Amino acid sequence: MKNSLLFNFSVDKENKTINIKREFNAELELVWRAWTTPEILDQWWAPKPYHIETKRLNLEVGGMWLYAMVSPKNEKTWCKADYKTITTNKLLSWLDAFCDENGNENTVKPRSLWTNHFSEKNEVTLVDITLKHDRLEDIETLLEMGFKEGFTSGLKNLDEYLQIQKNRSNT
Amino acid sequence: MKLRRDIFQAISDPTRRAILVLLTSQTMTAGSIAEKFDAARPTISKHIQILNECDLVEANQKGREIYYELKVEKMKEIDMWLAQFRAIWENRFNQLDNVLETLKKDNDEK
Repeated sequence: MKNSLLFNFSVDKENKTINIKREFNAELELVWRAWTTPEILDQWWAPKPYHIETKRLNLEVGGMWLYAMVSPKNEKTWCKADYKTITTNKLLSWLDAFCDENGNENTVKPRSLWTNHFSEKNEVTLVDITLKHDRLEDIETLLEMGFKEGFTSGLKNLDEYLQIQKNRSNT
Repeated sequence: MKLRRDIFQAISDPTRRAILVLLTSQTMTAGSIAEKFDAARPTISKHIQILNECDLVEANQKGREIYYELKVEKMKEIDMWLAQFRAIWENRFNQLDNVLETLKKDNDEK
């Protein structure tokens, strides 16, 4: 069933955007909760072998989600999302940044403006994500950073993780 | 002076993407490519020229005709680039799938 869920990924350099569409086999309210609840975000937001630890999440316009991306060596990189638009179960938008543990942003990473649209059809929820950037080079910088920090090297770990989850839910 | 062009600019245009798709199955002349589109021939020629400058297609003279051929190696570069970034998201979303399954079970038990 998982295989039939939509996953669309495209880069539009003219508009300096990255667009990602993904369907989830769950009802809208649940998917919205997974995107807006710190305890749940901590379980999935970081690509393995990283994990995240949310320091605080204030779900309101002008509010902030402040979290640390934690490496396997326990090195912390602080990240934040400044919420811009919130329409419950429909639209969530924020401006991201790297920052210190108090949420003071730095310029290490180009900022992306995230616009996430949520919609449900036949008990399948579509999340339509657009990341908008100020400059064309920002997209390439993002990719290089993700690459350097070894996000992709963790794909094997993911397989193990999934297997553990499966075994857990079977017992 | 040769314009420096970037392969992502090349593939950001739908007509150019369509031309690349046409060339996956055969080599074609500019004329036979243009026949497949409603756009004016000079417009199509311009698109082919951009693809050529980006090294995504190659022009080969055969007799009096120039045939365009897809440069598969260069296309693979695009694939690699996108695949790396895509993998990060795939990883993240697979985790969310699992979390959602668990949440659903919790909901059912309540």
